[in-house]
Amino acid sequence: MSFIRNFPLFTIVLSLFSGALCLLISSKAARIYTVLLESVLTVMVSMTLWYTYTTDSAFTYKMGEFPAPWGNEIRAGVLECVIALTFLIIILMSLLAGDHFLRIDIDESKQNLFFSLVSLMTAALMAMTWTNDIFTGYVFLEILTLTSCGVLIVREIGRTTLAAVRYMILNLLGSGLFLLGVVLLYDLSGHLLMVPMHEAIARIAEDPESIPVIALSVGILTIGLGIKSGLFPFYYWMPDTYGSATPASASLMSSLVTKAYIFLLIKIYFRAVGMEVIRKTSILEILFVLGILGMIFGSVRAVSTGSINRMIAYSSAAQIGYIYMGLGIGTLAGLTGALFQIVAHGFTKSLLFLTVPYLAEASGNSLLFGSLRGAARKDRQAAFFFLIGALSMVGIPFFAGFPVKLLLGESAVGQHSSFKLLAAMLGLAISTLLNAMYFIRTLILLNMEKLPEEASPGEMKVRSKSGGVQRIGYPFAALVLAAANIFLGVFSWTLVELIRLGLAMFQ
Amino acid sequence: MNSRFRQWLDGGLDEAEMIRIMDASELPDRPREEIRQEARQKKEEFLKQEEIQKEILASRERTRWFYIFVAVLSCVCLIGVLLGLVAHLPRFGVENPLTMEVVTRYVEEGLEETGAVNIVSGMILDYRAFDTLGESNVLFTALVCVLILLRADRKNMQAGREDYYKIRSDQYYDLSHDAIMRFAGMVLMPCIVLYGMYVILNGQNGPGGGFSGGAVMGAGLILSAAAFGFDTVDRIFTLRLSNIITFVSLSFYSLAKGYVFFMGANGYDNHIPKGTPGAILSGGMILPLDIAVGIVVACTMFGFYSLFRRGCIGGKTE
Repeated sequence: MSFIRNFPLFTIVLSLFSGALCLLISSKAARIYTVLLESVLTVMVSMTLWYTYTTDSAFTYKMGEFPAPWGNEIRAGVLECVIALTFLIIILMSLLAGDHFLRIDIDESKQNLFFSLVSLMTAALMAMTWTNDIFTGYVFLEILTLTSCGVLIVREIGRTTLAAVRYMILNLLGSGLFLLGVVLLYDLSGHLLMVPMHEAIARIAEDPESIPVIALSVGILTIGLGIKSGLFPFYYWMPDTYGSATPASASLMSSLVTKAYIFLLIKIYFRAVGMEVIRKTSILEILFVLGILGMIFGSVRAVSTGSINRMIAYSSAAQIGYIYMGLGIGTLAGLTGALFQIVAHGFTKSLLFLTVPYLAEASGNSLLFGSLRGAARKDRQAAFFFLIGALSMVGIPFFAGFPVKLLLGESAVGQHSSFKLLAAMLGLAISTLLNAMYFIRTLILLNMEKLPEEASPGEMKVRSKSGGVQRIGYPFAALVLAAANIFLGVFSWTLVELIRLGLAMFQ
Repeated sequence: MNSRFRQWLDGGLDEAEMIRIMDASELPDRPREEIRQEARQKKEEFLKQEEIQKEILASRERTRWFYIFVAVLSCVCLIGVLLGLVAHLPRFGVENPLTMEVVTRYVEEGLEETGAVNIVSGMILDYRAFDTLGESNVLFTALVCVLILLRADRKNMQAGREDYYKIRSDQYYDLSHDAIMRFAGMVLMPCIVLYGMYVILNGQNGPGGGFSGGAVMGAGLILSAAAFGFDTVDRIFTLRLSNIITFVSLSFYSLAKGYVFFMGANGYDNHIPKGTPGAILSGGMILPLDIAVGIVVACTMFGFYSLFRRGCIGGKTE
């Protein structure tokens, strides 16, 4: 057995160990240590990706002495590696680029606690990506919920605490529903591991009377994960949560946390329940409609909101809609689009969330559109990266957002229902138009002349102190994220190829 | 239309949006009392206008009924769906014999394979140890979150500092000079801690284990803090000690389990003796893991109490 096969286990155990270690060491040491840890994990996952790609096969890894239906198990294929690698790169870049604001926003004595939470979050993300066991998914989903609340409240201002309370309540509701779904599926199949559960459910589903029971169990589980990932109509927690958190946290939460829930959902659909059973129910149709509604309503709210962070947060809600629409189309092509969107949106949103605070800093620390006039003239570097992020979000060719829309459009054409085709095309068109509208407006605003002081509208300062800290990590991290965006736009076929390969191993 | 578009493009705001943002925003670095006063004044001025007052009341009334209606409706729907679903489920193990595959092996071969008389311990700490590894870290994550929220620092202690300290100071609610409290503490504390140890050490042989035993031991620590005062406890249980204990236990847990997973998956023997079933030293790794979990739980329980009571663990706020 190749030694590389142990790497998925190492990513989880090392991160858990580091979570406890960061409690003990100073903030400065914790910062350096966490960056090192994430780099090491990135290398490990890259090697695992290379291994699964060259051997062209996925492998399962027994957690302990007991084999599959009795003991826990994790699994690594090309798809899991791609998602895990995306997660790790974004964590690393968020820590580097957000460092400047981490030092300002978080009290000196609590910075090591933040890094401890980031390590635990890494462990949870990795475990949820690798898991081959639906209950392990639930355990680490709890850790992910708690850590995301933690990275939100660590800023300790009224707004984040308020947002965290709302986020916590909604997320616990989601966790509870997910657990109910897991319990019901266990009761039906007698298994928690995905492969035996799949076999048992396929056997049960031969009896048409049992389909409603399976549909309701999976439906409850889906609602739970839908609430947690911000599916329409459950996206109202997003603007406050992302808008007020410290930039690194906002980037982690919007790019990774919600995506991990969706990836777990896809994994359960494919590997634990089976798409052929899911297709017999109407779950995919409901997800499709909710996805399109999310795409449109998220964009509409983004147009009318007054601050730039809230705009990007609402745009996240719309982008989550794209993923659910791709999943709802129900074909492999649709799923490829959805998975591409998970990766592409991760790189784009983190770039935007990490860039906007620098623009705000250049124009008096206010996130209101009125005060942001002319910010691009003061901070050319941040403005350039914002431009790349915006172009990618709108879906201009040669940026990561474009292949997503192309793949989703193609998959809508490739399936049989004319309702889905029409709805998907209309949804894509309206959402893209609105997307273009608010991002172009923001770009125009950023590049305008600054108004004389008396005309500027009300203040909404995010920080009263600033400066004093060098921004070392930001240019590098933003460059990496921007390069990833352009790479995914120009060489989109590489990722599509990897996703197809991964999906083939998935079943 | 044209002017509204122009306004939107310029980044101007609707009045309603403006009020919403102003209402919810909070300047981080100003004393809380000042912000509160300002908000109160603004609200009063606003409410003086009678029409607005009526309108607000009416809208509040409408949305209130709407919220109650939606909440009740969704609860009733969920209850109905779940009841219907349960009625249609096959009876576990009776109508669906295939579901017994996993359970049967746990019950029939659990003792032999894990060396633990208590099958539940064998299940959570041996068969499905990975889940429990996550679960013990859930508790640790909660501790970190509470530390962030409640440990006093320059940011969350900004305003009304003196009041805060007066209320939180030990003299205010201190019971440690109460003779009854001290005597009861003296009698009960050793018993509780001893019982906690018993529950932890016998996790593999009977009901109990790290989580429950740790909670009992934590209760003992809390009682001693309440009876003898924080000053006495702080002399032994400092922040540094608490951190070190938590780190050692958790990292031992992670690394030990990592070792077992690694050996198991690669097909090596892990050289951990199973022991005689029923003896204290049995069940392989279950006993040391229970001890580690128990210590983490006890520290966490006491940490929560101390943080909620006075905003720090172990005396000083670094």
